[in-house]
Amino acid sequence: MSTPQPQTQQQMQQQAAPNWQAAPGPSYTSPIPITRTHLGHAIASEWTKIKSVRSTIWTLGAFVLLVIGLGLLFAIIAASADMNLEGESPLGLGLFGVMLGSVCIITLGVLTTASEYGTGMIRTTMTACPSRGRVLAAKAIVFFVLAFTVTLVATALVAFLQVAILGDSNAADPTSEEWIKATVGVSLFLALFGLLALLMGSLIRHSAGGITIMLGLFLAPLVIAIFMFAQALKDVQEFLLNYSIPSQLGVFYSAELGSSGPSGWDPLWIMLGLTAAAFAGAFLLLEKRDV
Amino acid sequence: MRPDTLTCRWVRRMIEAVGLTKRYGAKTAVYNLSFQVRPGAVTGFLGPNGSGKSTTMRMILGLDNPTAGQVTIGGYPYRRLPNAPRQVGALLDAKAVHGGRHARNHLLCLAQLSGIPARRVDEVLGVVGLQDVAKKRSKGFSLGMGQRLGIAAALLGDPQVLLFDEPVNGLDPEGILWVRNLMKSLAAEGRTVFVSSHLMSEMAVTADHLIVIGRGQLLADMNIKEFISANSADFARVRTPDAEPQQREKLTAALTEAGGQVLPEQDGALRVMGLPLPRISDLAHGHDVRLWELSPHQASLEEAYMRMTQGAVDYRSTDDQRAGLQQQMPPGAMPPPQMPVPGQGQPGWYAPPPPQQGGQPFAMPQGQPAGPYGAPAAPGGPGEPNPYAQAAPAQPAAPDMTKPEDAR
Repeated sequence: MSTPQPQTQQQMQQQAAPNWQAAPGPSYTSPIPITRTHLGHAIASEWTKIKSVRSTIWTLGAFVLLVIGLGLLFAIIAASADMNLEGESPLGLGLFGVMLGSVCIITLGVLTTASEYGTGMIRTTMTACPSRGRVLAAKAIVFFVLAFTVTLVATALVAFLQVAILGDSNAADPTSEEWIKATVGVSLFLALFGLLALLMGSLIRHSAGGITIMLGLFLAPLVIAIFMFAQALKDVQEFLLNYSIPSQLGVFYSAELGSSGPSGWDPLWIMLGLTAAAFAGAFLLLEKRDV
Repeated sequence: MRPDTLTCRWVRRMIEAVGLTKRYGAKTAVYNLSFQVRPGAVTGFLGPNGSGKSTTMRMILGLDNPTAGQVTIGGYPYRRLPNAPRQVGALLDAKAVHGGRHARNHLLCLAQLSGIPARRVDEVLGVVGLQDVAKKRSKGFSLGMGQRLGIAAALLGDPQVLLFDEPVNGLDPEGILWVRNLMKSLAAEGRTVFVSSHLMSEMAVTADHLIVIGRGQLLADMNIKEFISANSADFARVRTPDAEPQQREKLTAALTEAGGQVLPEQDGALRVMGLPLPRISDLAHGHDVRLWELSPHQASLEEAYMRMTQGAVDYRSTDDQRAGLQQQMPPGAMPPPQMPVPGQGQPGWYAPPPPQQGGQPFAMPQGQPAGPYGAPAAPGGPGEPNPYAQAAPAQPAAPDMTKPEDAR
């Protein structure tokens, strides 16, 4: 109900701008200099964003703990049990930690994009930077560099420790290619896999959904292959086993499941192709869809 | 800065929508909306829930792509503005922040995105009064603090054009006053200020110009004073000495003869429509009638707004009948008399008598067709015939609802 408010009406009458349509007010110019923005600004912004939320600390902390903890544990068990490594490189013991840790990288990747949709922050971001591709590129670059650096530090540290612990066992000294594959190679692969998760988050726009899909992508091929008993499906089973993410990770530790699967640096090129395709898809959809 | 090819300075800061249409599947949220928001004034954006206000705001900011038509700011679509946040600031949704990030970092990441120096962040935190909670995570913020953070984000780029969607939601009286003064001072500096709100009393003292939409279509685009007088019946209250009813009758006859409409009020005063105040005074003097009161009355913005939008309301509450849930009355017992509640299940509640011009309840000065909602809505809402429909008095300004007789 409205009761007439004399005071209000008086104010209104006083404020009514006389013929305002014809008389524009003075032009306002901000004293703060206007700069031309570029990708660098977006990268700085995304760096502030990723380091100012707790999920980054938690996921990366858990990742480092898993990679170093499990890697060390396996090395110590191998050393104390006087296991005969039969000329194998001790670096292979790091595989299990990296495999479990990749779940953390997936989670962080999905959260980097999808959490903005969950909280509504994306509307604020896209208002502050209407060039949507720039935001996605900045997110991708910041995440990739962060994931790569953390993974490299963790895998390198665990590799040195394993070689030091098992140096006097029957293990072979890793060749320089094995060194590079178990550190730089694995780090590039994992960072790209995390980037795929980030793009999935941008496509799905839902944290839990994105993480579930990425976990499915990670584990399902292996699980499905295990239950393919029929002889007719033998080829499919072999393909799934060889190209599942865990087996591709194994390639960097010279632990291929079969001889027909990817070898050498193949997994990196496969992941690069997948991520590039996902980036193109995410970019096109981001430009087309409403925020 | 943009090349100054445009002759009029203020055109560069104007929001202009032309034939703006947005469909979500089968639902049309905004249909053929055209309007201009000019600098140097606070423009209010009104409409019932679900009328397309937020959708329009999102299209202005390039978040949603229009199905048809376009909206530009200074001649450019938002997404093509160079360094857009330095020219347009917006508060869309106070909750559009990552709750785990603290206030200062939230503003910092937005500042970095448009190359604004970090010290500006501390400046706007001070402007909105959040400097003490700058390092608190915004998850724990109250709605009012969230609004302040959103306003800070809008002010960050010191822009020429500002959009606020429901800025006073959840603010305390002090905060509401602050926002009101902020809007006015921003407009006084020559900026374009476009504010949506549900609070009519707030709009009445803040806005200079109004754009009203209903079901995604333009209902009115006019100066706030014009809007109120076009959509409500202005009248004069006249009181003659209480002890002499013959004086009242004499005046009533004289005023009616002079072409005025006279209605008696509950307290013995007269409501006179269609005659200017000096004329009423002259007539009274000519007929030797003393006046105790002669006062102008302008309907409030709320009343004018309700009048205009009653046909375009999507979500209307119905009477809570509690059918079948009531206890059986013992024989002979009478149900307690029920008081009607304003606005509940009474579609015709806010409909005042037709204005003097008669017919069209509001006039569009531009002469545009009023659209399907221009005609006054037929009272008679959803559901059964309203038991109070008769009781709703013809004069809506002060119906006396305290008497139970009115309810029967």
